[in-house]
Amino acid sequence: MPVTTSHTGPEHRSPLPERKQTDVSQVLDTPPSPAEPSPQGSGAATARAAAPTPAELAARYGLTVSGSRPSLPAYVVQLWQRRHFITAFATAKLTAQYSQAKLGQVWQIMTPLLNAAVYYLIFGILLGTKRNVPDFVPFLVTGVFVWTFTQQSVQTGTRAISGSLGLVRALHFPRASLPISYCIQQLQQLLFSMCALVVILLCFGVPPAPSWLLAIPALTLQFVFNAGLSLIMARLGSKTPDLSQLMPFLLRTWMYTSGVMWSIDRMLSGRDIPQIVKLLLQANPAAVYIDLMRFSLIDSFHAGQLPPHVWALAAGWALLAGVGGFIYFWQAEETYGRG
Amino acid sequence: MADTMAHTETGTQDAARSGERVPTVIADDVDIVYRVNGTKGGRGSATAALSRILRPGAAAKASGVRTVHAVRKVSFTAYKGEAIGLIGTNGSGKSTLLKAVAGLLPVENGRIFTNGQPSLLGVNAALMNDLTGERNVHLGGLAMGMSRAQIKERYQQIVDFSGINEKGDFITLPMRTYSSGMAARLRFSIAAAKDHDVLLIDEALATGDRSFQRRSEARIRELRAEAGTVFLVSHNNKSIRDTCERVLWLERGELRMDGPTEEVLKEYEAFTKK
Repeated sequence: MPVTTSHTGPEHRSPLPERKQTDVSQVLDTPPSPAEPSPQGSGAATARAAAPTPAELAARYGLTVSGSRPSLPAYVVQLWQRRHFITAFATAKLTAQYSQAKLGQVWQIMTPLLNAAVYYLIFGILLGTKRNVPDFVPFLVTGVFVWTFTQQSVQTGTRAISGSLGLVRALHFPRASLPISYCIQQLQQLLFSMCALVVILLCFGVPPAPSWLLAIPALTLQFVFNAGLSLIMARLGSKTPDLSQLMPFLLRTWMYTSGVMWSIDRMLSGRDIPQIVKLLLQANPAAVYIDLMRFSLIDSFHAGQLPPHVWALAAGWALLAGVGGFIYFWQAEETYGRG
Repeated sequence: MADTMAHTETGTQDAARSGERVPTVIADDVDIVYRVNGTKGGRGSATAALSRILRPGAAAKASGVRTVHAVRKVSFTAYKGEAIGLIGTNGSGKSTLLKAVAGLLPVENGRIFTNGQPSLLGVNAALMNDLTGERNVHLGGLAMGMSRAQIKERYQQIVDFSGINEKGDFITLPMRTYSSGMAARLRFSIAAAKDHDVLLIDEALATGDRSFQRRSEARIRELRAEAGTVFLVSHNNKSIRDTCERVLWLERGELRMDGPTEEVLKEYEAFTKK
């Protein structure tokens, strides 16, 4: 390779280049706007007079401060462009999940079923929460599957950035792809479980009904809620990896208050419970999504057992978590992978 | 530099057409400082961690936060079509500087401007270890913003370039089964499949064998020809000589020399022989 002689500028020749630019603003928090038009026409005349400062040079050639955050609309566009990556990543992770197990993909269905069996043993038989709840097995299994979707989304979301640092540092893509992708993976997992659920429902004599179609809007809203929560947890988890140690405890507490294995409605009726506690239990997003799914699938689960304004609640939680979580995650976009 | 200034009014596009030097990375008086937690020995680090949480800032020193000034007042401008070698003894701040250019480290003072988003290839950058090499190629390509059709078209090229399949059908095995050299080769092949504006290579080629190094050096020259800018950190002076025409020499975080490869390497070799 011949040594080119293009470096004739003084700044390349002299060792230890010294620059005297006292006028350059060194303030970190005021980077020039990337949208700043490059000085042309009259602006160029003044720029020609003196050697430009690095900031001026950067502005003229459209360079931007390294590691700056894109605007929110631009970020959404970038994310949309990566939609194939998001879905392909989720599918790949799902199939890789049990690749080391001998039974392989059978675990996709076995894991949720075993989960439900354990809860049936403890709560249904030993603690007797099945009293007064008609169709207890479909009731319990629906609760466990729907809850697992939220629980797993939050848990994998917490590690979405901190567990994929290699990928985040090696390649550039909008980081929100990762938590969203993990949520899609959980959604795919849930769809497997739902197939098992349909079989269970039919075995226990729950007739198929048009109301089953309500499961689709319920799941959609729950997915948006989960994705938002997962984005929030991904940002928190990337700053404080300790959170992934703490999350199982918080999630278990949440599960026990969400009526996964008992009916909140039956618990509340006929007891002297402060109104505020009642309200909190009923407005709990996990409980809302679980009850909506039960309402749409199980014929003995009546609308009267749902909290008031349940669809508004479900949509409100989804919107709040989805939009809030996305903005919260985006606000730290440039910091993921640092350190 | 001087003649670049004379034609500023022609604008960016004209400048590129007439073969003028268009800057792609500008580092302006960059300082980088690391803050390291838990360096205070002796005292139980749990108590140090607690006091760090309870009294942030005020007790930073007492609770064992140390600052390391890794890069000091470094300024340089890199242009389109340049391959720039970064040399210096271990711990001189080369990798730190590249991380900051890639936007992965915040700068303490000064600013770094880049054209688009630089891609950093490090030694430790793992992709998805539990997935097969094939999946990694696809997902890596999608993550970089390539379309499915583009990936399909370049897939064979990427695999051939990596040389993963030279000794059997390894591309369909999970990446965790690869040797470190194989994994590094596949990573580089994936990242190099896209035409980057700025590509930062941090000793990522060191683990590959000689024939792979030759292939990657050829690819670096290709990227330069396509008007990209390549930064290469390497302790292999021959590799630097073969690919770069300009070298930055960092020592103790300071830019000691910046100039044509031969000049800087001569000084550097004299320095390291001491």
